[in-house]
Formats: sequence, structure tokens, C-alpha cells
Amino acid sequence: MDIDLMMRVYPFFLEAAWTTILLSVLTALLGLACGALGAAARLSRFTSLRLLGATYVSIFRGTPALIQLFILYFGGPQVGIQLDAFEAGVIGLGINAGAYMTETIRGAIISIDKGQREAARTLGLSQFQAFYKVILPQAARLMVRPLGVNLNMLIKATALVAAISVVELTYTAQRYIGSTYKPFEMFLLAGVLYMIIIYATGRGVSWLDRKVRIT
Amino acid sequence: MTESNDFVQIRHAQKSFGTLEVLKDISLNVARGQIVAIIGPSGSGKSTLLRAINDLDALTGGEVWLDGVQVNKKLPHRQYEKHINEMRQQIGMVFQHFNLFPHMTARENVTMAPKMLKGLTAEEADALAEEQLDKVGMLERIDYYPSQLSGGQKQRVAIARALAMKPKLMLFDEATSALDPELVGEVNQVMKKLAEEHMTMIIVTHEMDFAASVCDRVLFMDQGVVVEEGPPEQVFGNPQKDRTRAFLRKELDETE
Repeated sequence: MDIDLMMRVYPFFLEAAWTTILLSVLTALLGLACGALGAAARLSRFTSLRLLGATYVSIFRGTPALIQLFILYFGGPQVGIQLDAFEAGVIGLGINAGAYMTETIRGAIISIDKGQREAARTLGLSQFQAFYKVILPQAARLMVRPLGVNLNMLIKATALVAAISVVELTYTAQRYIGSTYKPFEMFLLAGVLYMIIIYATGRGVSWLDRKVRIT
Repeated sequence: MTESNDFVQIRHAQKSFGTLEVLKDISLNVARGQIVAIIGPSGSGKSTLLRAINDLDALTGGEVWLDGVQVNKKLPHRQYEKHINEMRQQIGMVFQHFNLFPHMTARENVTMAPKMLKGLTAEEADALAEEQLDKVGMLERIDYYPSQLSGGQKQRVAIARALAMKPKLMLFDEATSALDPELVGEVNQVMKKLAEEHMTMIIVTHEMDFAASVCDRVLFMDQGVVVEEGPPEQVFGNPQKDRTRAFLRKELDETE
């Protein structure tokens, strides 16, 4: 193993890791927004919205994320959607992650005992007030861990955007393999950096989960 | 304001789930300050009837009136929501499984709705929480979370939470059924105290002794109808119907 080479290219990988982190953060935020909207649709009292939410989830969970990225980035211009690679990556992965988060958020909300809603409504709270004051604060606590799993998956999924030439960790590794012919060292370096990012995120999620847990 | 005998009126209440009829034309009047117990086997419709009073379970037919106002008025969705929220503020309800909000302390459980719906200030809300929790003997646990309380303590906080809205009517849906036997007494005591203050109460219960000692009237329900009703001395001491006798015999056997 060429440790010297790894030490030499390491700063460039670190820079690429920042791109991966930025990509992950933006994707997570977009995913969360899509997930919240998707869950609201799935739980709506209107059949058409429930159907819309269910369709969103089955399309984006039912096809490979890579295909979704390719359609958006390579197919987009054909139907008038012009995005640079980074934008396409964030939007594509964000919408994809949102489909998974829809189910996470919905699951947490429906797991709250119906007696909670009944008690709130009985006191005279409206549907919205009961949701906002009683259901959501409890559901949000239950969401932390499963959303952490979604986050873990999403960070790893950012590697896919190398295929549409976003210069992040995986793409950087491939580029240096082209000039050094050392795939073992280059992929190993990328893998270690991914692991550090994911480990730190996991610790953060655990910390948050402990912090918000009801005594 | 209506005649006191008509404080709560249930007129021809009917409810079905598909072809299953759980309430068959039930009418009931409760006077202001009266305490009515509803007894009967499980599946008799007694909880459904109670939950129809504040429209947690909507009736298929019939009307519910409280103090001269129809609770289950026919209104467009939005108007109905506003109306029912106002009506529910006047009807306190206590559940078998307490349904305390686990993410709030006893104080917050009690003050959340009054703060939100009646615009109480923080000081007013605190005074209210202290007053209501003191009434149910839970003042020293005011900043405890539900998970730190016993079943009986939880139920007393739940009663305080309902009382904090200053309801005209209190509904108890098997309030002691989920409690360990040794914790039933403390909840019954709170309910007795409310009775002494002439709170109008409708109580679904399995506890015949409690119904006999506290209530003015007892309704025996079976298969969606009121089989027999009257003062407790009559229903328990000299039941007129075979079904009532059979039910009471079975209940007594089980408690022995």
C-alpha cells in the first residue's frame, strides 16, 4: 500500500469531502421538506392528496436513485430543465430521500396513541391545535432515530452523483485513480472519509435522541 | 338556560357501524347537579353513548343537548368544528387510560388548554394549576411528568386537567378500570368530592358499590338499549328485569 501517495493526495480528498458534506446537508434539508409535505399529504383527509402522497412514495422508492438522477440531469434539458450537476444532484437526491422520509414521518405520527388526540380534542382544541401541541411534539421525538437512518442512507447515496460528474469524494477518488493507477489506496481513502462523516452524524443523532427523550 | 331537568338531554340516540346497531333509540335526561351511573356488560354501548355526548363518536341519529344548546348540530364542516370545540370546552372527559400528555408535566397538562383557548397569562395559569392539582391532592407532584406518577396519580391529574376548563358537565369513561385495586380508592374519593360540589356527572363504571353510594340514578344498558333505570336502591336492591338481575349476580360473583 502506497502510504506516501495517500498522504500526498489527502488534502484534495478532504476538500472533496466538504463537497460531500455540503451535498448531504442540502439533500437532507430538501428531503426533510419533501418528507414533511409527503407525510401531510399521506395523512390528509382528502383522498386525492393521500393518493398523490402514495404515488410520490412508490415512484421514488420504486426506481433506482441513479436512474432518477440520470433522468433529471441528462433527460432534463430535453424537456427544458437545465441544471448544473451539483443542482441536479441535490434536487434528485433530495426528492428521493423525501420519499423515504415521508414514510418515517408518517409512521411516527400514526404511532401516537389515538387517546392523545381524543384527550386534546375533548379539551376543546381544534384538529390543528391538537396536532401541533400534542401529537407532533411526541412524534418528533420518535422520528429522531429513524430519520437518522434516512440520513445515513442519504449520505452514502451522495456517491451516486459522481456518475453525473459532481466533484465530490467518489468522483475525486476516480479521478486520482486515472492518474495514479492505485484504485485500492484511492477508494480506501474515500471510504475512510465517508466513514468519519457517517460516524460523526450517527453520534449527533444519538445525542439528539437522548436529549429530546421524555424522562 | 333551560329547566333544570333538561340540563343534559339525549334524544333518540342511534348509532350503527354498518349493519351493527350499537345504540338503539336511547333517550336520557340529566338534571343540573345530578350524577348518573351507566352500567352494563362490555359491548352494551355504554361507552359509545358517553362518547356521543361530546361527539367523540358521532351519532348516526338523534340529538344531544347541553344547557339548551344542541351539541351535535348539523353544520358545514368548518362551522361545526368551531361549534364543537366550544361545546367540548364545557364538557370535561376522563378516560380509562388517562391519556395524559407524556411530554408535559402535571402543571403543563392542566394549563395547556386554558392557556391556549382562554388566553390565560402565565401567572393565572400557574394559579389555576395549583388550585386544580390541590383539589385532587396532587399539588406536591405539580412538576412531575406522567411517567413519574402511579396510575391513580395520573388519573387524578387527568381529572384536574378536565376541571381546569371549568366544565358544566363531567364524563367518566371507566375511570378506575385500568387501575390496580389499591389505587381505585383515591380516584373514587376525588369523584365523591366533585359529587359533593354538585358537579353534573355521567359515569360509565364497573364498580357497583361506587355507583350505589355516589349516584342519584343508575342506568343499566345491554345490547344498545336502556334495560332499566332508576335510583340505585331500586336498580341494585330490587331490579325489575331479568337481564338486570342476571348482570348484577354475575358482577357480584366476580368481585367476591
